[in-house]
Amino acid sequence: MDAINTMAPWREAFEAFTANDEAAEMGAKARADAFARFETHGMPTRRHEYWKYTPVRGLVPDQEVAALDGGDTFADVEAYRLVFVDGRIDMPRSDHAALSAVADIAGPEGAPWMDGVFNALQNRDIPGAMFQVERPFADLNLAMFTDGLAIRIPDGVALDKPIHLRYEGAVPSHLRLEMLVGKGASVTILESGAGALTTGAEIVIEDGATLDHLRAQTEVAGAQFTALYAQVGAEAAFKSFTLCADAALIRNETVVTMAGDNGSGHVAAGVMGMDDTLVDNTVYVSHEAEHCESRQVIKSVLDGAAKSVFQGKIFVKKGAQKTDGYQISQSVLLSDGAEFNAKPELEIYADDVICSHGSTTGALDEVAKFYLRSRGCTEREAEALLVAAFIDEAILEIADEALQDRMRETTDHWMTARAAR
Amino acid sequence: MLKIDNLHCQLEEEPDTKILKGVSLEVPAGEVHAIMGPNGSGKSTLSYVLSGRDGYEVTGGSASLDGADLLDMDPEERAAAGLFLAFQYPVEIPGVGNMIFLRTAMNAQRKARGEEEISAPDFLKLVRAKAKELNISPEMMKRPVNVGFSGGEKKRNEILQMALLEPKMCILDETDSGLDVDAMKLVSSGVNAMRDAGRGFLVITHYQRLLDHIKPDVVHIMSAGRIIETGGPDLALKVENEGYADLISAA
Repeated sequence: MDAINTMAPWREAFEAFTANDEAAEMGAKARADAFARFETHGMPTRRHEYWKYTPVRGLVPDQEVAALDGGDTFADVEAYRLVFVDGRIDMPRSDHAALSAVADIAGPEGAPWMDGVFNALQNRDIPGAMFQVERPFADLNLAMFTDGLAIRIPDGVALDKPIHLRYEGAVPSHLRLEMLVGKGASVTILESGAGALTTGAEIVIEDGATLDHLRAQTEVAGAQFTALYAQVGAEAAFKSFTLCADAALIRNETVVTMAGDNGSGHVAAGVMGMDDTLVDNTVYVSHEAEHCESRQVIKSVLDGAAKSVFQGKIFVKKGAQKTDGYQISQSVLLSDGAEFNAKPELEIYADDVICSHGSTTGALDEVAKFYLRSRGCTEREAEALLVAAFIDEAILEIADEALQDRMRETTDHWMTARAAR
Repeated sequence: MLKIDNLHCQLEEEPDTKILKGVSLEVPAGEVHAIMGPNGSGKSTLSYVLSGRDGYEVTGGSASLDGADLLDMDPEERAAAGLFLAFQYPVEIPGVGNMIFLRTAMNAQRKARGEEEISAPDFLKLVRAKAKELNISPEMMKRPVNVGFSGGEKKRNEILQMALLEPKMCILDETDSGLDVDAMKLVSSGVNAMRDAGRGFLVITHYQRLLDHIKPDVVHIMSAGRIIETGGPDLALKVENEGYADLISAA
């Protein structure tokens, strides 16, 4: 199928959405531009540099949305819950009113604070970079999002509990988060569920503010594409962790801009794959201020014919001195058919920086496995202990210990399910 | 209890490297046997073959524990059957906590034997008591398995595992290596505390000094993959004074 034909159903879907859905009125110009970019780029293939290991085949607008059993990792976490079903908020099941009492939620008409957020981060070039990376699914999301959350955490407010965005339903929907975390404020965002084909987020973290982001992609059976843009102010912190398991195709793109001095930006992921699954974490950290620290930690455990991809870039703009950028990606292959691809990139235009990256791939330590078995642990138990220890290095990137434990339960559950096969 | 008969093995990857060339010995319940021998005589290989480590191919002979064929079992089955190897080089396992490791191992063995799992409070109580006897601090128990442990701490941790798992046949592979006198006494008293009529020990060592603390009933001398001499405790003293050379040339 040639590019035109592949894109034709998407154009039809976009035109139908624009004509029939009230939601399309919000940011109509931005949506049209985004769709034009998506259409021009075309469906990613191996020929696109950042899709070499992650070809997208046969994706259609009415893509079947399937969820795995296993349940919501965050179901028991006390949170402001916002439930989206088939691309629309389910008000009776959502804590919309409670959240609007502690933070500013913008309606469909938008809000003045969104000027520096909506379409501002996504549509921004990395200054001085050799080239700009195209992100077709971020564009698709912007073009076609039907609902989402636009929220401002007022200056100095530490939100008392996390905000949980829950995606359900059978429609291949596109959902969006626009967010401003005011000066000195702090908040935790949780995301889970299979009911979003794409998610898009633009998050401005103002000076001295903190945003923790946790995402559980453990129920996605089909495809999910996420794009998250975070802009980190002076002495502000962004910390993201994603747990992915057993999806046909997941692509997470995270773009972090270190915009103020002494900021900190961390992106971590744990990937567990069985059978014919593919998870891709693509991270771009752009250092544009001094004395900032960034960290990328990606850990994959792969069985069967599962694949994991990590593309991680550290960009350091001219003048972003005293940057401390670190990146590590490691994988454990539990079968001969599993595959891990890592593409680390450094692009540095400042002379007083520390940037390092590393990547390893291998089987579990046979000597350690024998030691555990010699004490009576079965082979699967020994593997489970070693895998848990391996993934834990990514889980430890989560600040909150209770949420760390929640992720550990999910990884244990995965290893137990594997042992039972 | 442990019966090894004419055991032969070679390296899996290098079939020309024959290591055990017909080892035979028997450790009855209640006895402590020592194996001494020069470097490269096959002592550690014997312990690995008995515990089921990969990389060795048994080409002849047999090894059984209370009549059950050991060589036919996975390592964990051998452990559940009552075999324990205290490693010469205990393995460091980053990220796996000592306590979770011990509890998983204990319960896996119990499950394999059709017994009930140990409850969390009972387990804690048991570990605390045994750890105290071996002078292992609660702080050490919180660390990952053997990570950051000194040589002596690692060996004490091996004995702690042995005390908790209560195997009927214990193989100690150069447990004295890297130990100072005090640590050796501590380890030895841990071993001696476990000696009883139902349990056998096979103590592999280079030096007689460990046998001052763990008194053997029988001493075997191993050389070039065979037991070349078997005797009482004074055989160890003789080796200490005269070396292996005479024994080897006589064999």
